[in-house]
Amino acid sequence: MEDMIFYDRLQFAFTITFHYIFPQLTMGLSLIILFFKGYYLKSNKEIYNDAAKFFMKIFAINFTMGVITGIPMEFQFGTNWAKFSELTGGIIGQTLAMEGTFSFFLESSFLALFIFGEKIMGQKLHFLTGFFVFLGSWASGYLILATNAWMQHPVGYEIIENGKFVLTHFGKLFSNPWLLPAFLHNQMASLVTSSFLVASIGAFYLLIKKNEAYGKLFVKTGIIFGLVSALLVAFPTGDLNAKNVAKYQPAAFAAMEGIFETEHAGAEIVLIGQPNMVEKKLDNKIAVPNVLSFLTYQNWHQQISGMDQFDKEELPDNIPALYYSYHIMVGLGTIFIGIMMVAALLLYLKKVYTFRPILWTLLLLVPFPFIANITGWYVAELGRQPYLVYGLLKTVDGVSPTVSSGNTLFTLLGFVALYLILGLLFLILVGKTIYQGPQSQKH
Amino acid sequence: MEIFWFIIIAVVVTVFFILDGYDFGTGIIHLFFAKKEKDKEVISKAAGLFWDSNEVWLVAAGGLVFMAFPTLYASVFSGFYLPLIIVLWLMIFRALGLELRGQFHHPVWKSFWDTAFGVSSLLLVLFFGIALGNMARGVNLGGVEDGVSTYEAHYFFLPLWDASFSPTTTHPGVIDWFTLVIGIIAVVTLTIHGANWVVLKTQASINEQLKKVSFRLNIALALLTVFSVSIWHLIEPQPLHNYLKYPLFLIFPAIYFIGLIGQFFVLKFKKEAHAFTSSCLMIVGGISSTLATMFPTILPSTHNESPDLTIYNTATSEYGMSVAVPWIIIGLILILIYFIIQKKLNAGKIDNREYGH
Repeated sequence: MEDMIFYDRLQFAFTITFHYIFPQLTMGLSLIILFFKGYYLKSNKEIYNDAAKFFMKIFAINFTMGVITGIPMEFQFGTNWAKFSELTGGIIGQTLAMEGTFSFFLESSFLALFIFGEKIMGQKLHFLTGFFVFLGSWASGYLILATNAWMQHPVGYEIIENGKFVLTHFGKLFSNPWLLPAFLHNQMASLVTSSFLVASIGAFYLLIKKNEAYGKLFVKTGIIFGLVSALLVAFPTGDLNAKNVAKYQPAAFAAMEGIFETEHAGAEIVLIGQPNMVEKKLDNKIAVPNVLSFLTYQNWHQQISGMDQFDKEELPDNIPALYYSYHIMVGLGTIFIGIMMVAALLLYLKKVYTFRPILWTLLLLVPFPFIANITGWYVAELGRQPYLVYGLLKTVDGVSPTVSSGNTLFTLLGFVALYLILGLLFLILVGKTIYQGPQSQKH
Repeated sequence: MEIFWFIIIAVVVTVFFILDGYDFGTGIIHLFFAKKEKDKEVISKAAGLFWDSNEVWLVAAGGLVFMAFPTLYASVFSGFYLPLIIVLWLMIFRALGLELRGQFHHPVWKSFWDTAFGVSSLLLVLFFGIALGNMARGVNLGGVEDGVSTYEAHYFFLPLWDASFSPTTTHPGVIDWFTLVIGIIAVVTLTIHGANWVVLKTQASINEQLKKVSFRLNIALALLTVFSVSIWHLIEPQPLHNYLKYPLFLIFPAIYFIGLIGQFFVLKFKKEAHAFTSSCLMIVGGISSTLATMFPTILPSTHNESPDLTIYNTATSEYGMSVAVPWIIIGLILILIYFIIQKKLNAGKIDNREYGH
């Protein structure tokens, strides 16, 4: 049984991690594309239209990969987590089915229209199709976050015989206090990934001295969007999320911040350190006293419960992984703000296009927002353990009762092999599109 | 309310098989009949332009079953674990084939992805047919061995095959000779459907040949249909009881036969769309007749120890089902609008349409 849970969790973690490389780019890029297209309508400068169409090509590759890797996610609820599906399908099925019915259709239909229909529709309608692509991808994110919010903080339900959850208030799925901060945090984080990608492609063109006009536009747009979104990820959205975790999942909060013992006069904030689970302390710790209490409750001396306050059964089952995920996310987020501030200053001083160190930095930075986004999701998912539905349904009670661990290992290995190929092909396709560069209308 | 959701889901599934069905069929045609590069290119384009928006119907269907019939979703998806995951892999492979062939202009690259597209389409259709066969035949619900259940009565787990390959044992595998027959029927039906689609949407040089292929396959299909109907009593002792009880259901087999007979005129039709319409009717009729034979059962049990899974004992709460009615109606109207816009945009022959991201 232990093996079973392990392989099921590993398979879900692996496939969702790989899947989430793509939606974070489509959600963020759709907004940036909309900006390019809108600015073109206003200024009538062709370069903005070329930029919009260029990034829609990258968007389309991403969208295809998102669909291909997204269907296994939906299937896995049933194949690997049958008991969970049986018990909660009546509730989270609502939001998941809405995602399939509304946003998926919206996105796929209007993407095709945007790519193939510019000449037929004229510019204003073309902008409108871009808007619907944006709406579809953000609605998709919203509905997935609504599903996850219910698992993090269940509302509007009733438990009937056989332990089944049934819906009692449809509206509460959307007024869940967990939902809005999580959604905005997630969307801003995906905007960080996308703006860093835009800046990185621009830096690449400037460094190889090809498509330089586009290079400048992309660097500039990427830095402005990147700075704004990196700031918004931290404050207010990240801050609000952390407060929600402290309020609704105090055990997860203690674990992710690395507080082993309760400090009555106010909790310190840990910057660096390695959790030592045997001695229940942090090794090589660097921490600032009282700051965590202030950040969370605006009170330097507010007591925050440490892990010693909770039963072992209530604490997340992999504390080091949760702690590292959280600190990697926060650390990277802070570095992003720093780098983008420097880049924005250089942009203001009109030096950014020729200053090679910053161009190299922007170019090489691109994998890191992906890591920050994915570790951010690990924080949410590991923090919720040992539950699937927080406080109500344990992860061990959600797996399929009839699927053996041998079968799960077999399919996990298959997914690993297939996704390896998929990842390589994705890099080749995006690389090829970037290398070809934006195509000017005039040719 | 259960019946409302059953109909909605049945419609979404049927639309999926009509739409993605022509993509699958196009893949099979591509595998066996496309020889010249020009034909290969336009035929893969006839599927490539549409596959992703067609596949969203599957996503919608999955989501709706999850929402309205969670117990059914849990039981079927975990019980058919291996075949379903294999279907997923094949779908990924097929999509790769379609999206990648045009990325580099080298014959080896193209022939590899063409084969990936063709073979995975063929196997997918076979597996979908086998899945329908499994639903009709039923499974060992509750994993009963010698009269004792191994787990809850609404769960099961099927091996890919059982040594006997017989549909009449109490613990059959996914593949037995009956489900294989249904699988082959699915392959033949969607090959005809795919051939009609290629003829309708392209100016491939093999179009005249494809009409003949479609005619010959239709003879095979008619024989297979007669055969499958004649053996149906093996898996369902009273195959006609629903039709006697609700004579209105006879409309579904009637649709199938209109489609089947219409297809015999494929060589005489002046309009290519007529052939495509008749293969659509066959798909609608085939799926709906099977469901009508079983109604309200979705997954029968092969023994008396566990009850069949029906739309009634697998549904979610009354409130859950009613609250979703307004949004599904709005959703379906929107989908219909997108669908019409899309069809308008891609009307006519697609040979010279630009494709590739």
